[in-house]
Amino acid sequence: MTAALVSIPLLWMVMSSVKPFSDIFAWPPRLFPSSVTFEHYARVLEGTNFPRYFLNSTIVAVVVVVSNLLVALPCGYAFARLPIPGKDAAFLVVLGTMMIPSHVTTIPLFILARNFPLIGGNDIMGAGGTGLLNTYFGIALPHLVLTFTVFLARQFFLDLPAEIRDSGRIDGASEMRVFTSLSLPISLPIVATIAIFSFVTAWDDFFWPLVVTTTDRMRTAQIGLSVFRSQFSSEWGALFAASVLIVLPVVLVFLFNQRLFIRGLATGATK
Amino acid sequence: MNRGRLKLSAPARAGLLFILPALVYIVLTQLLPVIYALYVSFTDYSPLNRGAPKWVGLQNYRAMIFSREFQNALWVTLRFSAAVIVLNVVISLALALLLEGASRVLRWLQVVLFLPIVTSVAAVSVVWLLLYDRDFGLLNQVLNVFGLSNVGWLNTVAWALPSLVIMRVWRGAGWNTVIYRAALQGIPREVIEAAKVDGASALQLFRQILLPLLRPITAYIVIVGFISTLQTFAEIYILTSGGPLGSTTTVGFLIYRQAFEYGQLGLACATSFVLFIVIFALSFGSFALARKGMT
Repeated sequence: MTAALVSIPLLWMVMSSVKPFSDIFAWPPRLFPSSVTFEHYARVLEGTNFPRYFLNSTIVAVVVVVSNLLVALPCGYAFARLPIPGKDAAFLVVLGTMMIPSHVTTIPLFILARNFPLIGGNDIMGAGGTGLLNTYFGIALPHLVLTFTVFLARQFFLDLPAEIRDSGRIDGASEMRVFTSLSLPISLPIVATIAIFSFVTAWDDFFWPLVVTTTDRMRTAQIGLSVFRSQFSSEWGALFAASVLIVLPVVLVFLFNQRLFIRGLATGATK
Repeated sequence: MNRGRLKLSAPARAGLLFILPALVYIVLTQLLPVIYALYVSFTDYSPLNRGAPKWVGLQNYRAMIFSREFQNALWVTLRFSAAVIVLNVVISLALALLLEGASRVLRWLQVVLFLPIVTSVAAVSVVWLLLYDRDFGLLNQVLNVFGLSNVGWLNTVAWALPSLVIMRVWRGAGWNTVIYRAALQGIPREVIEAAKVDGASALQLFRQILLPLLRPITAYIVIVGFISTLQTFAEIYILTSGGPLGSTTTVGFLIYRQAFEYGQLGLACATSFVLFIVIFALSFGSFALARKGMT
């Protein structure tokens, strides 16, 4: 019962994306299509700019994942294991930023992105051009290092036995070597968690890409969908097909990594 | 500063090197923007105007507090959050209790319950757009079967906000059910058995044993609920665009309009700070209430 109620809208979406147009508004409503058609997918992939939107979303998501792995992993490791003066205070500040609502930072980040010096026609003072607006870097900007991934990394490395670092140090390895060749190889779960979490954050973001992109060429899939629906509001089949395509990567990631996914969400669903 | 104190051990230096990029980035994109937003909130600043922000003191805050649009948005926001959170807690707690025995199907069910929250808001909103459609929507067709007339879900003042609430509850209930289930499993069997031996009825067991024990997790759900519902944006943008007649314009949505439709960045920053304070106060309030109840 519950499962049915929860899944009807999503099932409806998938089914409608392969229904002939006449089925979508059929009376009485039919969940299952009378015949399966992929015309809506063909329309989305050949008749619209969605391939471009998907490419944009993919590039941004990859940039975000790589940057989070490169920066958050060592940072979390150092917070957990290395003797840095004042690190607890610093970590509290980092944690505190999770309380800041994105609505507060969006406008200053928009001004920063637009006035970024020497990019997009801007001069050294950040005037004259469009800065990081309509660039991949601009779209990725708020997600390059997610506070939450730093937090997850620190939690993970705190649970790793301290002897690993100690043994490496006794053998005379540098901290960098201890991290890259002793700690990282046994840290695949956290690498996967951070990759998944930052991918989903970037892929599903709506507010920021809406603000930072103004040209059709640079739209992400999420924004593309909302524009498509206001411009072609009668093309329900294509809308559903596009929705399925947008949801697909995240749902696949979820289905194959349920345990990591749920644990990640459970540790801090706030951001 | 004394030179000797600046000398760090090799591990500390490596550590600083590991931490610095993240720290610099977080300061640049989180902390400084908050300070800058506070400054902009005291200025007149349009995105079209490439000059510097013009200092106007408290004018934005004064204009905001006395504007009908803001008062309305605040009222809409509070009703939206309260409705979503109350319904979510009641429904997900009931579901969690119902699912108590069903551990066999649970792994499979958990996946289904999670799907709404892992699917992108934009895509989900498009689906609900059709479900809610006045003429062709599934919901109205079901109503017709029961002899009820069509409801203008998204385009009447009376139903637009409830429609957003329903969709939002649908998205979050499954996930909260999973949290409640985990919490229920954490309650020692002996506690429940002992109460049963003492002759407690099911209702007494629920009200006097389970509910108090679930208080921390309920506080967590309420706090997370406030933080996330107060920032709701994509659903509103796609389903109603804040209408009809501002009946679904939340504070979060109003900030977007002020900044990017009206071009009043100063006013938008002032409003965002009020939202910040509301989120903080409500979260802290729930937290304090939960703690008071536990001692």
